[in-house]
Amino acid sequence: MSRPIVEIESLSKRYRLGQFNARTLRDEVRNLGERLKWSRDNSGTHGGKSDFWALRDISLSIQAGEVVGIMGRNGAGKSTLLKILSRITSPTSGQVRIRGRVASLLEVGTGFHPELTGRENIFLNGTILGMTKAEVKAKFDEIVAFAETEQFLDTPVKRYSSGMTVRLAFAVAAHLEPEILIVDEVLAVGDVLFQEKCLGKMKEVSRAGGRTVLFVSHNMGAIQSLCRRAVVLEHGRKTFEGETEPAVRYYLAQAHPDPLVQDLSKCHRTGTGEARILSVRLVDDAGIPRVNYSMGEPLNIIVTVDFPTRVQSPTFGVNIVTDAGLMVADCRSSHYGFKAGAVKGTVEYQARIDSMKLYPRTYLIEPWVADAASIADFDWVRSAAAFQVTCGPNFLSGINVTGTHGVAFIPTTWSLRETGQTPNRDDACSAKSETPPLENVPRG
Amino acid sequence: MPHVTSDYELVIRPTRGWFHLDLAAVWRYRDLMFMLVHREFVIKYKQTILGPAWFILQPLMMTFVFSVIFGRVANIPTDGLPPMLFYLAGLLGWNYFAQTFQSTSDTLVANSNLFGKVYFPRLVVPLAAVISNFFAFGLQLATLLCFWVWLKFFSASGASFGFSPAIVWLPLLLIQIAALSLGVGLWLSALTAKYRDFVFVSPLIIQLWMYATPVIYPLSKIPPRWQWLAVMNPMAMTVETIRYMFLGRGIVILNYLTISAAVTLCLLVSGIFIFNKVEKTFVDTV
Repeated sequence: MSRPIVEIESLSKRYRLGQFNARTLRDEVRNLGERLKWSRDNSGTHGGKSDFWALRDISLSIQAGEVVGIMGRNGAGKSTLLKILSRITSPTSGQVRIRGRVASLLEVGTGFHPELTGRENIFLNGTILGMTKAEVKAKFDEIVAFAETEQFLDTPVKRYSSGMTVRLAFAVAAHLEPEILIVDEVLAVGDVLFQEKCLGKMKEVSRAGGRTVLFVSHNMGAIQSLCRRAVVLEHGRKTFEGETEPAVRYYLAQAHPDPLVQDLSKCHRTGTGEARILSVRLVDDAGIPRVNYSMGEPLNIIVTVDFPTRVQSPTFGVNIVTDAGLMVADCRSSHYGFKAGAVKGTVEYQARIDSMKLYPRTYLIEPWVADAASIADFDWVRSAAAFQVTCGPNFLSGINVTGTHGVAFIPTTWSLRETGQTPNRDDACSAKSETPPLENVPRG
Repeated sequence: MPHVTSDYELVIRPTRGWFHLDLAAVWRYRDLMFMLVHREFVIKYKQTILGPAWFILQPLMMTFVFSVIFGRVANIPTDGLPPMLFYLAGLLGWNYFAQTFQSTSDTLVANSNLFGKVYFPRLVVPLAAVISNFFAFGLQLATLLCFWVWLKFFSASGASFGFSPAIVWLPLLLIQIAALSLGVGLWLSALTAKYRDFVFVSPLIIQLWMYATPVIYPLSKIPPRWQWLAVMNPMAMTVETIRYMFLGRGIVILNYLTISAAVTLCLLVSGIFIFNKVEKTFVDTV
């Protein structure tokens, strides 16, 4: 391959916090002395409490046509990296070489003006993103068709529903034709259908169009289905670079360090405090802690709870939520007629998912304990643990499925039968009817 | 950005340059500039009844107020010219300056959301303001010409004024005002981005500046030995010269014009410099 299309060389970005962020003139005058000292000592190595390194020594090269995912927890530096690559802010040290046109999509609908009509906004937004008027004109019909907003073209955007605005905005962005497309978590907006459409479009852009895509997402399913290679950032440093699968595994392990002993003290939790959830473990049937489960496999969720006082028959529960925040299931003991009786002290409850009927994606677990009568939560811990569903070889005869197929896998039985005479029926079709009905009952 | 060739290479580095003016990039984004000009118009007069008529009404009302207060009450002379034309001609250049200044001075803060999300040459936005205000200038010019014709041919004062041949230089003068308002607007825009105090300063500047400019009085009212000081204000000469072009009265001296042009150039260059400097990092602090 030729020279990389994007070459990042030991890139760092420092933000100055505290007094350097002074806003008013008065503060500035007060800090004048300090600032003069600063400018004399502007070697770039000056440290201090007021410095925050959003990026530290990042190097990365990307070949033309690659789709690279960037993962990391909030504050890991993903957005800063994309902002530097799209020239919105400049780095503190290091450099980037980019050999192609860049379009970045850091937020859908940038530059939309509520007073302007849909038509006017398509042109405005297109030119803001770097297209010429002629280019927008050439793509206009395609954009409108993608957005499905034909009849509202001459209505001011302020009268659009938010869904329509987002569709229109993504439609414009999707029809940009840059050599490098930078996308930051735009899938977080819009409904599931819209997300699917965006993802599909991005795939098309990268596969058919041969463009280079840099893609940031918290949606592991999206990263897995889109990217071949991924990078994990942690506190501004690159800690992993490689194929997507190991990168996702690394990221999950890093985000949830030890599946055996979770530190729940930092998790967001609500509740009356009559119970306190101490730990969550995810283990397979052999009792081995794991975060990866193939479709159809069983999963045991073991939760340790402490009841400081005696509680009469609490309800135990586990919420399963997608990484995009969609509630998949509220599994609770009361739905199964499970009665715990009176409990006190530390207990351990276990919920066994007998068969993983979920599509490949990252799921978060929220254990909770509540009063049986009033359903008041004693304790409810958000994002206590995470697990990854993968497409298993023993499931669906090993057919590759991804998170783009939805969330819940609903086992279905398929058949085909003749319904009588249809004119103009061709031979290939009638030949097919001689085969027995299609059947595919998943094992699991 | 269709004009980039395949061997195009962009290097992103920490900013070190002092003066960086990428006019080629601005030119590539000319379509965006015209879209922004279009946007200015549409949103300015959406849901107003009179629409662009405000461009004409506003200077007419000001002229009326000036005639009453400064002409009748304060008795400030108008160089022997009909007060109506004196003020209208003075306001022609001044209003263009003031309006452009106003719309460019909050460029960075007003567009911080946009600038934080997508890259394009930032200079495109204030340039669009400069261009869109030409339209208001044109309407005001038409108003002035109407009154000029009316007073010239249908009133007794018609003999007291007339075009000067220097009027052929009007476009040049207009460019100077555009450059000046851009330069000062960029300064204020950069300062406002850093210190919000300047949100309050800009309207004050424009008010005080008008009194320092011969809009409501002729330059001849200033004693000759102090005139050099008055023309340090680059707007003084532009306003006085426009009046001279249309009405044939006023003090127009080459030395003064040179000072005015030199100050304008300084403000423009330093304005672009300070704007570039602040623009590079301001998204980090907004």
